[in-house]
Amino acid sequence: MKLDGGQALIKSLEAEGVDVVFGLPGGAILPVYDPLLDSPIRHILVRHEQGAGHMAEGYAQVTGRPGVAMVTSGPGGTNIVTPLLDAYMDSVPMVCITGQVARPSIGTDAFQEADITGITQAITKHNFLVQSAQDIPMAIREAFHIATTGRPGPVLVDVPKDLVDANNPASAMEWYWPTDADVAAELPGYKPTTKGHPLKIREAAELILAAERPVIYAGGGILKAHAAAELRTLAELCDIHVVTTLTARGAFPDSHPLALGMPGMHGTYAAVMSMQKSDLLITLGSRFDDRVTGKVAGFAPGAKVIHVDVDPAELGKVRQPDVPIVGDCRQVIAELTHVIRELGDQGTTAPDRSPWKSTISGWQERYPIAYEPHVAGDALKPQAVVESLHAAAPDGTILVSGVGQHQMWCSQYWGFEEPYTWVNSGGAGTMGFAIPAAVGAKVGRPDRTVWAVDGDGCFQMTAQELVTASTEHIPIKVAILNNGYLGMVRQWQEMFYDERYSEVYLSLDVPDYVKWAEAMGCVALRVESPEEIAPAIDKANEIDDRPVVVEFRTDDREKVFPMVPGGKANDEIVVPPFQRSEEAR
Amino acid sequence: MSRRTLHTLSVLVENRAGVLARVAGLFARRGYNIESLAVAPTDDDRFSRITVVVDVELTPIEQMVKQLNKLVNVVKITELEPRASIERELCMVTLSVDRDRRNEVLELAQIFEARILAVAHTAMTVSLEGEPDKIDDFEELVRPFGIIELQRTGRIALAKLERSPARSRSTNKAKAS
Repeated sequence: MKLDGGQALIKSLEAEGVDVVFGLPGGAILPVYDPLLDSPIRHILVRHEQGAGHMAEGYAQVTGRPGVAMVTSGPGGTNIVTPLLDAYMDSVPMVCITGQVARPSIGTDAFQEADITGITQAITKHNFLVQSAQDIPMAIREAFHIATTGRPGPVLVDVPKDLVDANNPASAMEWYWPTDADVAAELPGYKPTTKGHPLKIREAAELILAAERPVIYAGGGILKAHAAAELRTLAELCDIHVVTTLTARGAFPDSHPLALGMPGMHGTYAAVMSMQKSDLLITLGSRFDDRVTGKVAGFAPGAKVIHVDVDPAELGKVRQPDVPIVGDCRQVIAELTHVIRELGDQGTTAPDRSPWKSTISGWQERYPIAYEPHVAGDALKPQAVVESLHAAAPDGTILVSGVGQHQMWCSQYWGFEEPYTWVNSGGAGTMGFAIPAAVGAKVGRPDRTVWAVDGDGCFQMTAQELVTASTEHIPIKVAILNNGYLGMVRQWQEMFYDERYSEVYLSLDVPDYVKWAEAMGCVALRVESPEEIAPAIDKANEIDDRPVVVEFRTDDREKVFPMVPGGKANDEIVVPPFQRSEEAR
Repeated sequence: MSRRTLHTLSVLVENRAGVLARVAGLFARRGYNIESLAVAPTDDDRFSRITVVVDVELTPIEQMVKQLNKLVNVVKITELEPRASIERELCMVTLSVDRDRRNEVLELAQIFEARILAVAHTAMTVSLEGEPDKIDDFEELVRPFGIIELQRTGRIALAKLERSPARSRSTNKAKAS
């Protein structure tokens, strides 16, 4: 079958099972948008290419399928650089197609030319500059294969215009669809390891059974490997507590007796201290991120480390493991559980861990995640808003957040029960992530309620994607925690810069969020007093035909606690003031 | 000056556009200087071999090897320990030499088994192949004549045919656990 490159590109996306593409056309990608008209693939027209990238991420994070973004050359490509970084840092499977100027023009500083493969080399798992129309199906097939296997990540395919332009002879190609074997032959250097080494798994099982103070340190890799069920089986079989990192929230139910919540800079006291005092960290799909470890030299000094990761480069990158295991988390955990059962059947028993368990419950009772009650006349407590949102949320609600204080409060106060119900920007910390990611999540899971909780600073970065949401009929819900500040920066300036507030005040009243949201086709509400919180949320939950924005006026003095100050060891965790006085008593 | 720790990595890569930039970029973005670099297709022209010498501490080189292995176009990496490998480099140098000092250069060339490639009234071009240390020595000895131009290829290396057990560390992606 004779096709042109543009048709071949769309047909390749169809062959990959793509049902939606987030994008924005322009000169170089224009020829691909023509065959798109005849395709069953849904296209979501964004208002800024960054939106397309984060939508693709949101879609990928809730469906497990790769998100697809398509943009034009030059600024189209550079506008999507931030989402590519974001997806790279959080291992989100994503395929980004960029138009490129025609091959004869490459390198001539042509209109809207940018070396996007060069620019994104360090922030994509891989990228391609397609060299001939005949290569298009293979490039797309390889891109999806690389994005979704091993450690997932973003892959960019840069397609010169002459290869997709039906009027150009260079776009002629004969259609084919590569087999798995064809792809493998094209990628001689790409062979992800999925099966863990049996001897290492046995060593790990023995360490687990011998440990007195073990903790499971579960990371985003659990969700990427679809290993939440296996994680729970392992934790329950061994009766070991579980911390879930920011990217793993939902991988283990927060209501479970063995759940310790989030570790790290703003983690729960019990999660942070149990890792600090542990004698064995069972590290599953985590990467010893600096926000988890604090000062590495002071992190979990007495712990041996089992480290399971599909990416060999993570093992020993930050902390040298005692038992390194390269492999897919689901396979390795299942195998590990099997070996532990075997050893148990042979009579191996774990030591008495009751002292450790009572130490943990002591921490949990003494230092729960908590905030001081609202005082009449004050602005709203942001934590109370998050709690109220959660209380009123229908089952299976997906929560999406931006980056900053509101993100930490979401993680601390939501209570996640189910995998893939939490979407946020972890490694990159991309402000403005929430709105477009929520749109992508809702497109991926239209059956679910999707709430985006955003800060006022974040909202102003990507709010225009609410226009996309309105016009494309994607009814997301947005809660803005408006304290008029870049709140997390304000918190650092208050605590570490002697309350010298430099360039952090944004304004409470400008913009007028209600008017702005209404102008973008949303229903908009403003909440200023505690008794208005629940009715406003109920009203928002009832609306399902358009996006809703609820602005909550929150207390700018409120800080995220606990907190391990930057560069300090986790032992130096700071609890909120009212818990400190309790300690002194 | 602190003691330098040079590592020679032999990196088998796909012979495609942009692969060298990916490999070099990994070093560049960590602030490591590449001491020398030699690239050419192997006997199988689908692949090229990059021989790269870098100056890094021991711990980062392991991480670097793992990061290099993550590159989709990298097929295999071998770190060649100096004592377990044969290294060669080619150097060409044009010296400022008048007729009356030509014999001195010829004498040095004879000692080092260098070849005279060209002679002019006031200059000579000499080539020398050998171990990098030998080339360093030669460079020092000819410097007083006046070096007009000097070009070194960067080293290439192969594992020694061992009489004692091999000491080269090989990491293959398929079994890098």
